[in-house]
Order: sequence, then C-alpha cells, then structure tokens
Amino acid sequence: MSLQYKGLSEINGPLVVLDDVENPSFEEIVELTMQDGSVRCGRIVQIEGKRAVIQVFEGTNKISLVNTTTRLMGHPMELAVSSEILGRTFNGAGKPIDGLGSVFAEKRLDINGLPLNPVSRVYPRNYINTGISSIDALMTLIRGQKLPIFSGSGLPHNQLAVQIVKQANISDTDAEFCVVFAAMGVKNDVADYFRRSFEEAGVTQRVAMFVNLANDPIIERILTPRCALTAAEYLAYEKNMHVLVIMSDMTSYCEAVREFSSSKGEIPGRKGYPGYLYSDLASLYERAGIIKGSKGSVTQIPILTMPNDDITHPVPDLTGYITEGQISLDRSLDQMGIYPPVGVLPSLSRLMKDGIGEGYTRKDHSAVSNQLFACYAKVADAKSLASVIGEDELSEIDKKYMLFGKLFEEHFLNQGFNVSRTIEETLDLGWLLLSVLPKSELDRVDDEVLNEHYDHEKAVKAFNLHEEKIIKELNRDEIYG
Amino acid sequence: MSENLIYSINGPVVKVKNSKDFSMMEMVYVGDAQLVGEVISISSDETTIQVYESTTGLHPNEPVIGTKSPISVTLGPGILRNIFDGIERPLEVIENEAGAFIPTGSHVAPLDTHKKWDVKVCVKVGDHVQGGDIFATTPETNLIEHRCMIHPTLEGDVIEAVSDGLYTIEDVIIKIKDIHGEIHECKLASKWPIKDPRPVKKRLPISIPLITGQRVVDTLFPIAKGGTAAVPGGFGTGKTMMQHQLAKWCDADIIVYVGCGERGNEMTQVLEEFRELIDPKSKQPLTDRTVLIANTSNMPVAAREASIYTGVTLAEYYRDMGYHVAIMADSTSRWAEALREISGRLEEMPAEEGFPAYLPSRISQFYERAGYMETLNGKEGSVSIIGAVSPQGADFSEPVTQNTKRFVRCFWALDKALAYARHYAAVNWNQSYSEYSADLEDYYNEKVSPKFLKDRQEIMQILAEETKLMEIVKLIGSDVLPDDQKLTIEIAKLIRVGFLQQNAFHPEDTYVPLEKQLKMMDVILYLNKRCKECVEKGIPVSTILQLGLFEKIVKMKYDVPNSDLSLLDEYLKEIDEKIISIN
Repeated sequence: MSLQYKGLSEINGPLVVLDDVENPSFEEIVELTMQDGSVRCGRIVQIEGKRAVIQVFEGTNKISLVNTTTRLMGHPMELAVSSEILGRTFNGAGKPIDGLGSVFAEKRLDINGLPLNPVSRVYPRNYINTGISSIDALMTLIRGQKLPIFSGSGLPHNQLAVQIVKQANISDTDAEFCVVFAAMGVKNDVADYFRRSFEEAGVTQRVAMFVNLANDPIIERILTPRCALTAAEYLAYEKNMHVLVIMSDMTSYCEAVREFSSSKGEIPGRKGYPGYLYSDLASLYERAGIIKGSKGSVTQIPILTMPNDDITHPVPDLTGYITEGQISLDRSLDQMGIYPPVGVLPSLSRLMKDGIGEGYTRKDHSAVSNQLFACYAKVADAKSLASVIGEDELSEIDKKYMLFGKLFEEHFLNQGFNVSRTIEETLDLGWLLLSVLPKSELDRVDDEVLNEHYDHEKAVKAFNLHEEKIIKELNRDEIYG
Repeated sequence: MSENLIYSINGPVVKVKNSKDFSMMEMVYVGDAQLVGEVISISSDETTIQVYESTTGLHPNEPVIGTKSPISVTLGPGILRNIFDGIERPLEVIENEAGAFIPTGSHVAPLDTHKKWDVKVCVKVGDHVQGGDIFATTPETNLIEHRCMIHPTLEGDVIEAVSDGLYTIEDVIIKIKDIHGEIHECKLASKWPIKDPRPVKKRLPISIPLITGQRVVDTLFPIAKGGTAAVPGGFGTGKTMMQHQLAKWCDADIIVYVGCGERGNEMTQVLEEFRELIDPKSKQPLTDRTVLIANTSNMPVAAREASIYTGVTLAEYYRDMGYHVAIMADSTSRWAEALREISGRLEEMPAEEGFPAYLPSRISQFYERAGYMETLNGKEGSVSIIGAVSPQGADFSEPVTQNTKRFVRCFWALDKALAYARHYAAVNWNQSYSEYSADLEDYYNEKVSPKFLKDRQEIMQILAEETKLMEIVKLIGSDVLPDDQKLTIEIAKLIRVGFLQQNAFHPEDTYVPLEKQLKMMDVILYLNKRCKECVEKGIPVSTILQLGLFEKIVKMKYDVPNSDLSLLDEYLKEIDEKIISIN
C-alpha cells in the first residue's frame, strides 16, 4: 500500500501543492480523495525537493487545505486500450462516460507517447479520396498526413469534417478504417452533431470519441488529444487500421494550455500563450504518420477556429508551421452560399506532390492543379482591380478571368454536402474550366498535356447546357466571337 | 566524492543543491536512466542542468554524474550517409535497438566502432607533426576521402605508426611524443566540443560563388562559398523546398542538413529522396556526400538547441580536411524558440517577445562560424550556412528574423503572395538582397561572361520598374498605360514566369547551369530590345504580342535541354524573323 498524505499546503487555480512528499516522480499521477469519498485525479508538474506541484484534472472546486487525502500512483498518466474502444465514448481523461463500464485493458499506454524515430517513418504517399473536388484536386489529403482545417466561428467546418469521414475512400487496401474523434472544449450541440452524423452514416461502431465539452475542466482538455492519439496509435500500429483523427477545436485546447500556464506563473509569450506552445502542439501533430512494418496509418484533421478570422493569430500560425498544409475556409465564399467554402489560395497540401500523378491519381493531376491555382490567383488580382475601377473597365483578359473565377466557384468549389465526385470527374471538370480561358494563358502546363486536355468548344457547350445565363454573359464579353 | 542528487524538476530543467563538482557547459548524466544533460548555470547553492531528453518519471534524489567534459561530438569516418539526432546519436542504430519510438536514456556509440576502414597512413616514424596535419586517409564513401587530422592542440614527433590496412575507429594509428615528453595516441576518430569553433590558420576573402542551379539565387541573389544566407518565410512559402533544392544541387562537396524542430515526414522524405537521387557530377547517390541531423519538433526541446551546433561542428570538421561544406539549417527559428523555452524555465528576464536578451549574440556566434578558410594544414575549405527562418505570422519584423538579418549577408525573403500564386521559388525580388554580388564580380566576369552582370543589372531594373508601374495599374488598370510601359510590364511578366519561376519537379528545370541562365537572360533582353524598337516606331504592343514570341520564350526553360544550349540561339533568330515581319 502506498503512502497517503493528509491535507495540502497551497491551492492556486487548478494547481495544488503538497509538502513533505516521499520520492515523487515527474509527471506521476496522483489521486485526491475528498471527504465525501469522491476521487479526483491529478498529475505532478513540478518537483522541488519534497514539495510537489500537482495539477488537478477535475479542477479544485471545494478542495480545501484539510479536506483531502492524496495518494501517489507511481506511474505516469496511462490509457487503457484494446480493440473494444471503438464504439465507445470517453471523457477527456480517458474514462468511459457512456455507462457501458470500463474497458478491459489489453495494454496500458503512457498518453504522452514517445517521439517517433524519423528513420522508422514511411513517407506518406497514398492519397485518401475524399470525394470533395477542391480537396482532392488542389490540396490532396494523403494517408499519414496532418492537414488542419482553418476555420472561423460560424463556418461549416464540422460539416466538412463529417463529409470527409462519410466519403473517405481507401478501398485499395484490406486494412480497416476507423475514426478517433477528440472534442476539446466544443459546445454540447457540436458534440451532438458529430455523434448524430456518425450514427446516420452508420459508422458509430468504428468511432472512438473522447469528449471534453466547453464547460468541462480545462486540465482534462489538455489531456484529451493525448488520450485520443494514444488510442489512435494503438489502433494504427498494433491493430493495423487506418485511423482518421479529428480534433476539434484546437483553439480551445491552446486556450486551456494558456490558462494552465498562467496559473503556474510562467512567463507569457505572444498573446499570453506560453513560449512552449510550438513544442506542445508539435508533440500532438507529429503523432500522425505511418511506420515501417505496420499496415496502419494515423491521419489527422485538426479543426481550429481562427479568432477574428486572423491567420496570423498564434494558434493557426504555429499549427501551420507544424502541419503539412492546411485547408482554409473562406467567409466570403460561405456568404455567397458556396459549400464547401474552401479558400483555395491560402490552402495547401505539402505532401500531395508525391502522392498524386501516375500510379496514384492521374498523370495530369499536378498540371491541372498548378494551373488552377495560378489562374485563380489572377482572378483574385482582377477582383481587387475591379473593386477599384469597376468591372466594366477591366481589360478583355481580366474579364475572362472574372468569368473563369465565377464558373470555378460555382461549379468546382460549390459541390454540396451530399455529392461525392471521383478523382476523374474532378480533374476533367478542372480541365473543362481551364478551357474557358484562352490557351495562351495556360503557361504552367507542357504543350503536350495541354493539347490532350484543352477543349474550348466543349467548355462552351458544357457551361451552355447548364447555365444559360452565363453563356449570355460569355457572348456579351465576345469571348467566342 | 559525495553524490550529487536531483533536488528539483521542472520540464527539461533539473537542479542540484549544494554542489561544487560541476563546471559550466559540462555534460552530465541525470538520474538512474542516465539521461544526457548539460550544466547551464552554477551558483554557490544550486547547479542548473538542462536535460536533452524527456524527464517524465524522474525522481528527486536520483544521482547526477558529471563527465568532466563539455557536450562533444565524435568526429571520424562513418559520419557521411548517417542520420543522427541532435546530440549525435545514430537514429538507425536506435531503431534497431528500440524499435520505432525513441526511448529515453539510450546510450549508443555515435559511429560504428566495429566497421573496418581501409586506412592509408600518410606519416612515418620521425616526422614532426602539428595540429591539423593529416596522418591517415580512408575512402569514407565513393565520393569523399576522409582525412584524419592531428588534434588541433597537439604537436610533436611521430614515434609509432601502423602500416596501411584495415582498422576500426578505435584502433591507435600513430603515437606522438610532444615537447614535454608526453605520449599521445591518435585514432581515426576524435572528439570536439560542439560549442567551440574549430581553429583555422586564417580567414580568406570570399570570391567563389556557391552555384546552386537555381536561377533566382545564382543570377539575382548569389551566395558565396563560405557565405551566410537566411531564408525567411511564413508557412507554406517553400522554405523547406528551397533548402531541399539547394541541398540537392549546390556544388558543395559535403552537405550537412539539420532538421531542427521540423516535421518528421520531411526528414523521411530527405532520407528517401537522397538515396535515389544521383549527383550529376560524380554519378554517385547524393547520400554519399550528405549527413542528416534530425531533431524533429516532437523530440526533446533542449536537444534542438544542440542540433544546430552539432551540425556546424561536423561541417567545420570536413572543412578542415579541405572540403567545401554547405549546411542547411531548417529552421533556426525553432532553435531560437528552444532558447526561449529554456530561458523561461530558468526564469530569466525576457527581452523582446519573451526571447532572452542573449538571442542576438547566440545567432551571431552561429553564423560567424561560416567562412572561407585556410585550414591548419594549409588547404582551403569553406563552410556556407543557409538558415531558414520561420517568422511568426509571416511578419519579418519579429526578433529572430531581424537579428538574423543583421548577421547574414544574403537574404532570400519568401513571399506569401507569390506562393499563393504558385510562383516558386517564391523569392520576393524587392525585399531580397545579396551583399556578395560585388565580391563575386571577378568570378562571373572571368568564369562565365562579362555580360552576366550586365544582364543581371538590366533584369533587376526591369523588375524594379514593373513594381512602380504595378502601383499605377492597381489603381487604374493596365489599359491606360502608354505602349512603352505596357511593354515593360509584358517583359517583366516574361522574366517572372519564364525566368524566375523554376519547377523543382521538372527534369530539365530543377537544375540550370550558369551558361543556360546567361543565355536565357540574353534571349529575354534581346526580345526586349527589339520590341522597344518596334514600339518607338509606333507599332502597338498588342500586335507584337500576337506574334507568339512571348508564349514560346516563356517555355524555353522546359523546351531547351541543359545539354544543348545552341537551341537558344535559334530563339534569337526567330525573334529577328518575326519582328521583321511586322515592320
């Protein structure tokens, strides 16, 4: 039986201090038993001689200097894992909250994990077909990648994540597919939305949920993604599954880290976030990947809401430096009713260059995506010019770009929640849109590829068929004159 | 000796009470698991140690053992082709021992102690040798001959030498008797503390460019052998791509690639790609001249700080053998952040944005280790440093970028707007500069062509003029400009798309020799000249644009192979013919 300590020496926010502790270890787990018999968990975060500083996961409400007894558990924070965790719901600290009893542990794993040896990694190359044109063509999601969604309050990032889960297609392997969902400081409604959507899509038995709601204690919020990723690593590397980890909302997580840091009295960095926020986020995001000798993979889609839609805010900024690209949602597209409102220009997938093309998607994929990016960048220039001098004053070529931009947004981006497109459909649509522009404008593509796919007549017909109004505009602009 | 015991633990910072056994910067083993650490401050009542590994599970009252020497790296054959962590532990060996995840407290020898090297001994008994002299050589890879040098502080007569043959790095090759009569053994491998620059005879003036095959670098903002450059850019602007391109194609003999606090997948990519890529000059795999240091962002933060020094020490070692070494540090911001994190744990008074006040001096100490040197043994070698900087929020006014800017002479500013338009390399020509262009004048004039610098100047002028014109265009549109200015905009566009943009994935375009760069400039400037004549005669720009010349020239980077530059002369002829047709 291990020693128990009566009372505490100090309480400050989520932290309590215990004096005269025999042989504490760093990051060890402790149990605090209240007078009424309820038990809270905590973790040692600082040791000075016999004085240990403990963070209490459930918060320090009602704790006084005399009403608790503390017991050291002798090991760091662990999560009980087994294949049974799929279909279950846990709280942020990894305790089941669905009333189905505790998980029969096959193994207990340290939730902090260990750094993955870069030599043991396999460079991710296989793409995940999400069925969403803008993502598949322009910022392809690769198995083993970490690709966050940069969003803002009120934007449909949750729908997008659900759509990815619903449509994600990895049919080329025999490995199983599952989802680990970590909710950090999300609203009750949002957690409900995800739960309902998983049910509707019939994937509940393939989902493990770790839920820390907006009104749950913040220390648990710091543990939530670690528990979720430990579960994901276990499923991927030991059970050979393809795991998609959705973490929402990283901004709430970072705020919890900040709150905790300031209660420890640490020196704040930018916007009050602690200086180690980068390392802290990296210790989460870097747990995505594929390792040698295992068929599984961990793919992460963290969702974060940018405060005030500011991409230079520390949370999206540091995230962008660690993750392999980002899907950035755009408020003005959303206001135009375009779903998914993916802001093409600031979005990027760093791994796509090696996971597309012949043998993966299609030979012309990189050509069409580069050209779409380049052309859409010019649309942005034309738009900003038009806002100064008016659309009528634009040069002929700028007008053509404005038209291209409009068609691109209406047909390519605006896909709808229930539509799934194959990669061929997506790429062909891309070429069709590019064919609206004069051939000489397509300067990112080899002539050979261009001749194979460029078809101006077809583009005219295609958009004529569906959009009479636009073709009228086309005629007015004398593009086909 | 009384035992020194851990008193307090706070993240990677551990304190020991009442000890006088340690010296500053000494390497120590912390705790029962023997985690590697370094002494960073000493006062009469406590010694502060930063630990290079995760401290989870550490207890107070575990022992701390000093090693009496500062953090050092082992230098010897076997460094190349290898991948190390921040404190020179070979990651492949760790993988074999511990599997896919890196455990704490693993103790493995940095270099293979069993491998036998084919050694040729270059000195004989009775020779007088001094620090830096080469006493043995061995082919380390097919590309690089490893030259073992006498430790810089040693001098004396050789009293014993083995004959040529197969030896491990731990075998004694020669013995030296110094003037005090003391006998020193010299082995293939030696040790050197990472924070001390290795001594050289003298610094030489900078005069040779580091040719990278990247047009925007070689032509507009060249870097010299022995020079320093910074690549700042927000996320997604292509810092890492740029570093990869330079590591692949620059004409240094040895590449040291330091992944400091960056992504694990990126290091895997470098590993995989470099094994497959063949060096165009030697026809050997690129790994034969490369050493990787990987301290990914999830590895312990203190080792991140060390990784930069480890990298530059390895680079200096090869420089002393007479090689030209380029070191890519991706990214120095992570290193600065590691300094900030440790500083915060020590409760030091912060300066700007929480960074410690000694940030500028640390950055300058690092970059000053670059240079073109005459080594102790009379050879010439260089260390060029190319450091990526990741400014927060892509704001170049933050402390790391600003301080780096003061100590480097070449600044390649990567631009978000260019990257959004997929203009790679996204080097912004208005913000970037190179102070080396004047130093390299003679080289370009003699080795390439006197025209090169003239062309460069002209290209820069056109780009500068375009920037001014674009201000107007943004307000009133391009239609209202007079024809000569419209032409400038068209030519500048041609320079941007046809010359500055470079496709790293295109077999011909990924590396471009200086001759082709020159000829491409010639073609563009010749077109500019002929079109100007037309405009002066009153021929409208729209007529000139219909000739199809611009479309063709924009693709010359793809259409003309590096092996047959005479094709570019055809372009000049075609310009003549078509321009005459409208006159």
